Amino acid sequence: MAGTGLEELVSSKEIVIACGSGGVGKTTTAAAIAAMSAVRHRGKVLVVTVDPARRLAGALGLQGFGNDVKQVDAAAFAGTGVKPRGELWAAMLDTKQSWDDLVRRHAPDPDTEQRILSNPLYQNISGKFVQSHDYIAMERLYEIHSSGDFDLIVVDTPPTRNAIDFIEAPRRMAEFFSSKLLRLLIAPYRSRMVNLASKPFYQVADRVLGSQFLEDIAEFFILFQTMYDGFVERATAVERLLRDQRTTFVVVSTLEGAPVREAEFFIEVLTTKRFHLGALVLNKVLPDYLLDEGAEERAARLCDEAPAVARAGDLAVSLATEADQLERVLAEVAANFRNFARVARREAGLKRDLRSSPEVVAMVPEFEGDIHDLAGLLRLGERIWGQ
Amino acid sequence: MADLLDRKLVFVTGKGGVGKTTIAAALAWLAAERGKKTLVCEIDAKGDLASFYETGPTRFQEREVAPRLWAMSMDTEASLKQYLSLQLKLPLVSRVGPLAKMFDFVASAAPGVKEIVTVGKLCWEVRERHYDLIVADASASGHVVSQLAAPQAMNELVQVGLVRQQTGWMLDILGDARTTGVVVVATPAEMPVSETLELTDALQRETNVDLAAVVVNRVLPELFGRGEEEVFERLAADSGAPARRGVEERLGGTIDPLLEAARLTVSMRRSRTEHLERLRGAIDPAIPMLYMPYLFFRAQGLRATHQIADALSAELGY
Repeated sequence: MAGTGLEELVSSKEIVIACGSGGVGKTTTAAAIAAMSAVRHRGKVLVVTVDPARRLAGALGLQGFGNDVKQVDAAAFAGTGVKPRGELWAAMLDTKQSWDDLVRRHAPDPDTEQRILSNPLYQNISGKFVQSHDYIAMERLYEIHSSGDFDLIVVDTPPTRNAIDFIEAPRRMAEFFSSKLLRLLIAPYRSRMVNLASKPFYQVADRVLGSQFLEDIAEFFILFQTMYDGFVERATAVERLLRDQRTTFVVVSTLEGAPVREAEFFIEVLTTKRFHLGALVLNKVLPDYLLDEGAEERAARLCDEAPAVARAGDLAVSLATEADQLERVLAEVAANFRNFARVARREAGLKRDLRSSPEVVAMVPEFEGDIHDLAGLLRLGERIWGQ
Repeated sequence: MADLLDRKLVFVTGKGGVGKTTIAAALAWLAAERGKKTLVCEIDAKGDLASFYETGPTRFQEREVAPRLWAMSMDTEASLKQYLSLQLKLPLVSRVGPLAKMFDFVASAAPGVKEIVTVGKLCWEVRERHYDLIVADASASGHVVSQLAAPQAMNELVQVGLVRQQTGWMLDILGDARTTGVVVVATPAEMPVSETLELTDALQRETNVDLAAVVVNRVLPELFGRGEEEVFERLAADSGAPARRGVEERLGGTIDPLLEAARLTVSMRRSRTEHLERLRGAIDPAIPMLYMPYLFFRAQGLRATHQIADALSAELGY
């Protein structure tokens, strides 16, 4: 395991993007990195989260929905025993509102803007379409970064079904709006003249989807085309930012089969596509003492010999119990150790399997409770920050 | 309410990382073992399902992986092809040109198309009565509602056309609680419990699909019985006490790691119990909750599938 922590990495970057499969502690990790940075360094740090646990959101002062950027109240640090040198800010991502903002920014006139916002397809895309989260998260990152208001921005990525969706989202969005098929489909609605060569296409499309629906699609895209230039330019700029030297990716995983496979895939994609892979954070790792071989031997012996051990000398009496009860306690303690030692060995094996790790690898223990306040975030942060 | 395995179509969903695929694989395994011809379908084709049966990769074309148990993975494009040719009887399709491109296009342009061919394929298998039970390893909670609500949404968006005519019977199948149900998988932790509660609300609000059961996965065993924890505490309290030294002499070394591990288990179990109680308190008491044990020995593979299938069987009262 590499000895350096995240401190050096984070100090040299302006954007940190936490990614990994669902349920591995991405949000908490992102918030912990931001909190640590605000505690240790002067400067303004922002954490952008997608869907924080309610109590964690409360701790960061994020209530309800909305895209507002809010400073975490100094009072929230009161219970942690540390005085932050910098400022910690937090924001939640509201997909729908971010899309609406985007339309407002790029629409050529108020009438077009209104027609787009009220188009049923637009409402569907902006509100429900999962992939639209990916794009808008990156778009919002760009927006905040170019405002120049923050020294460091830490982003928690949306749970994507395909791990690379969000880094490709800007490019795909640009491609989509410049696609040939799009032009082909909306052509007849534009010119009211159907090209003969494309007839079978419309016949099928019409039979399957119905002409009203096709018209809705066409209207949406004709309207959207008015924003085309601004939109594509923007998507390109967003992608450039993701590849910028000031941006780094932190892959988060637990040591379980599926998340490890996804982390490996992620590391591979980031590397081959030449994004900056900064660190790997392994969360909820079982404690090292479970791998102690001497302890394993003693646990095995205790499993077998619990009846005899419990009846030796005045052991039971000195613990104010009966031998039978003591035997059960000892047997449980021994079996429990062996159970978790087994899981710990499986974790250690999976860690070895992570073939191509980045230089910085941080291990975070399984904490006993959920992390839902700044003190908890800082406790986690200490573990990943340095040695 | 219908017995879980007596339904025809069961969607298994939950927050990412809670073990949806494990539960779906085991549920299908159990059904097949109990004599039902079963199809299990991995919807987000990540390829994890195959590893639970230790078979080669699953494809759109279903394959028998164990007696009476068939497995497939969803491929929206293949599903659309099948849909167009079998249901819409569109012989034209092959001559339309690059179907894939058109599909990609329409699917991106019209959210709901991918969802509807996914759900449509499963509903069609139900309607054709090819299987006694179809288990879908569905998308994670963020996406499953839009999948299950797709026929309804489509009905509202598409006013005419063949798709419109097709959504009616899907809604009938999805809305019949004797036929279709959703199983939500959770683990006893804060986010999975919160997400489960949000999901069960959203399912009720936005779809007509019945919540069949909640499965709580990775439940840690209670380590100590009544009075035993006090004995443990007395043993663990003082590392210099004669009792402790006696045990250590006999075993030939310190038992600190053993005691630490027991403490960790007790406190983990305690914090998880709070989440379990919150979940039980918020879910309609009529909905069965099935508790699956934490698997120490194997988290994947056929062995894990067997163990979870056994646990499901016991929880379902077989």
